[in-house]
Amino acid sequence: MTGTTGTVGSVGTVRDLAWSVAAAVPDPELPMLTLADLGVLAEVEVDGASGTVTAWLTPTYSGCPAVAEMAADVDRRLRAAGYPDVRVRLRLDPPWSTDLITAEGRRKLAEAGIAPPRPTSAVASAPGPVPLALGPTRTGAATPVPCPHCGGNDTEELSRFGSTACKALWRCRACREPFERVKEI
Amino acid sequence: MHDHTTSTTEDDHVYLSLAGATPGPEGEGRWAYGTGFADPLLGVDTALPAGLAGADLAAYCQMLGDDALVLAQRLIEWCTRAPELEEEVALANLGLDLLGQARLLLTRAGQADGSGRTEDDLAYWREEYEFRNVRLVETPNGDFAYSIARLLLFSTARGALYEALAAHPDPVLAAVAARGVKELAYHREYASAWTLRLGDGTSYSAERMQAGLDAVWPLLEELFTAHPVELRVGVDPAELREPVLRELAAVIAEAGLTVPDVPPLATVLGRAGRDGVHTEALGPLLAELQVVARAHPGATW
Repeated sequence: MTGTTGTVGSVGTVRDLAWSVAAAVPDPELPMLTLADLGVLAEVEVDGASGTVTAWLTPTYSGCPAVAEMAADVDRRLRAAGYPDVRVRLRLDPPWSTDLITAEGRRKLAEAGIAPPRPTSAVASAPGPVPLALGPTRTGAATPVPCPHCGGNDTEELSRFGSTACKALWRCRACREPFERVKEI
Repeated sequence: MHDHTTSTTEDDHVYLSLAGATPGPEGEGRWAYGTGFADPLLGVDTALPAGLAGADLAAYCQMLGDDALVLAQRLIEWCTRAPELEEEVALANLGLDLLGQARLLLTRAGQADGSGRTEDDLAYWREEYEFRNVRLVETPNGDFAYSIARLLLFSTARGALYEALAAHPDPVLAAVAARGVKELAYHREYASAWTLRLGDGTSYSAERMQAGLDAVWPLLEELFTAHPVELRVGVDPAELREPVLRELAAVIAEAGLTVPDVPPLATVLGRAGRDGVHTEALGPLLAELQVVARAHPGATW
């Protein structure tokens, strides 16, 4: 709360400062990403009169077991940054989507060997009937899932479900390495 | 739903590190239990929309929440018993989605009826006759084909219901449904893929898959039978019958199997799961689900 030279009293800046504190909190399950990278941090508001900071989080999956940790972390970080009165709230609407993962977040995922999700608009999905073919699990040329290790496009899905709710298990047929991928939702 | 007894043996190094024994960069633990942040509707506006009867909304959320909770419990039973590790992980993931939906719905139920009961109060401290889930979700897992057949029926019907509920006047229920519709799409995809794989596999796998469908089919009709509460505050499930049956028939035909022609499971004087009248399978399931919470009332981490 110190060092805001030249902009003291500007509510916008006070809000931006609080945002930057909350935004830097790492995700408990994908610690290479911050909550802002992941698109989970929906909004931060600072009440000009009382100084109360309210942060809204949008949980990823209904059963995401990390939500409580995220909320506790945001609360702890904001208090440590000097905000005496902090409220963390959940915002369920609109629901989280992998489209909310920022460009920076996608870059960090790929860097960590996790294939980032494609835009949901590029992936046929609900509503409507599911595709009725087992078909090849390799991706089409239209929406390739490049291997985060070698960059090759000849990749295939091993399992739609992986170590966390948001990831699937894939492998690259060129470099033969398995990798995780954040699946579109 | 995190009532566990405290254990701090030497072997619990993972838990100790989570609890902050190995401090992070700022000396912070990673364990939120006991910090007051575990409420699945933390800070969400809990006001009831005008014109919605709280008791009815609560009963409806309990019905949907109990469906999700009980099926989650059945899915989780596959852990260490599935044909392959990948399937175990998949089934546990599906169970986790449903458990998350159940937590939100039961929390909403406890708010809407004004009782202030938490998700844990409702999950662990109600008796069998107070559970309002359909009987489809409570029957024992059977073999893998039976479980897949059940999942196919449930995920197809629940996906359709959530699609309709995404426009519900209660913002919490609408948000759960909007999130759930995408999750259920993954469940449906998984169940459909296995139905195709088994149905279109060997003659033996096709026989087993057909037997699974035949065995679970009598429980389908209950999903389309409206309880008065559903008609007052929810979506009339009868409206879902035609589109859901059409979609199921398409999957079954593609798998080279036959849509079963079997009568629905009898009710007790017209009463079934939504009225708290269950099969003999629910009691043992709840006993396992509730035993720790009841052995150590109020226990926390």
